Amino acid sequence: MSELKQLKDPVSRRRFLAVGGSSTALAAFLAACGGDSGTTTNDTTAAMGSGGGTSETAQFGKGDVGILNYALTLEYLETAFYADVVKSGLFKGAELETIRKFGREEAEHVQALTAAVKSLGGKPAPEPKAEFPLKSAKSVLELAATVENLGAAAYLGQAANIESPEVLASALAIHSVEGRHAATLNTLLGESITPDGAFAKPADVNTVLESVEPFLVE
Amino acid sequence: MKEQLQTPELAAVEVDVEGGDLSRSDVILKGALAAGAIYGSAMVSPFVRKALAMSESGDVGILNFALTLEYLEAKFYEEAKSRAKASGELKSLVNLLAEDEQQHVEALTATVKKLGGKPVAEPKFNFEYNDTAGFLKLAQTFEDTGVSAYNGAGPMIKSKEVLAAAGGIVQVEARHAAAIRLQNKEEPAPDAFDSPLSEKQVLKAVEPFIV
Repeated sequence: MSELKQLKDPVSRRRFLAVGGSSTALAAFLAACGGDSGTTTNDTTAAMGSGGGTSETAQFGKGDVGILNYALTLEYLETAFYADVVKSGLFKGAELETIRKFGREEAEHVQALTAAVKSLGGKPAPEPKAEFPLKSAKSVLELAATVENLGAAAYLGQAANIESPEVLASALAIHSVEGRHAATLNTLLGESITPDGAFAKPADVNTVLESVEPFLVE
Repeated sequence: MKEQLQTPELAAVEVDVEGGDLSRSDVILKGALAAGAIYGSAMVSPFVRKALAMSESGDVGILNFALTLEYLEAKFYEEAKSRAKASGELKSLVNLLAEDEQQHVEALTATVKKLGGKPVAEPKFNFEYNDTAGFLKLAQTFEDTGVSAYNGAGPMIKSKEVLAAAGGIVQVEARHAAAIRLQNKEEPAPDAFDSPLSEKQVLKAVEPFIV
């Protein structure tokens, strides 16, 4: 799991995992996402793009549909997270407005990805049920930063696996917005806007799914 | 739009290459993917690839185009260290951005050489601004344009390694854009989708700064 070390989030991954609430059977969730729940490859070279046909996202569907459904699942989680944060009453003023705005943008990503899956003749992944720990403004901002940095890395990890230029164009248009969100939250926390340095690092599917697992509920 | 989709190549090229004419990328999804819905995506993709391949100069050309933009940004921030009258947090940000853009220049130069190409020469630039506010305004334009330039070029890149590397750079450009926008008290992520710009549109945007 050397990829974990590459994941230089502003918040340590251990803390991220520790704040997770109820744990759940990830396998059940993945099965619910449809598709062949057979092999889960952990091929980092595929994540870096030299693999082409190898599909880390096969559990979400074949080819581009699988990648889009993987992204859709993450966008659902981000949307639900921001909605809960807005409702929590932990934020007001400019910070609340930023959170609202980011939440609306994630919801737009959900819509666009759902439409894209359908356009490719696929079945959109279902919305996962999730719970997030919302204890204090600081811990929520840290969680938001971790989620956004991870989301940006997740898109980057899949970019080179996308076959259709149209799907790639759309994924890139979302990817950089996740990067903007991540940098904004890092700024609010007083962390580096570019935790990976001048070149952002990708995250593979397993790393991303393991990181969100603590927030999934049955 | 549906009439245009009669010819998948044209529809796709219009959407992808001249995508900047459309204000939002969800139009791309709804529009271009409609071609997939009508003709079947497996059928459309090869057409698109062929059309895009014909319209561009290959990975070396795209990398040299990106290198020109990175030259501009690197020079802009290098000069800003002494010209932008930045202090405190902004001064640190200028130093960080100058360092990142210089690393992008070096990485792109090395990649062009690795692919057997000749790195484009650094143009001479002229940036007109007199104060911190003027600097920040230009910085926002350059960073936002940079993001859209990479997003527009991405689908035309043939090598998966080059695409992955370009992705690692564009995310950093997006992070820069957000940080500069926060300095300007602007929305760090104004839209849910960062629209792509074509090479022509990007060159038009940066031409005034090339001497």
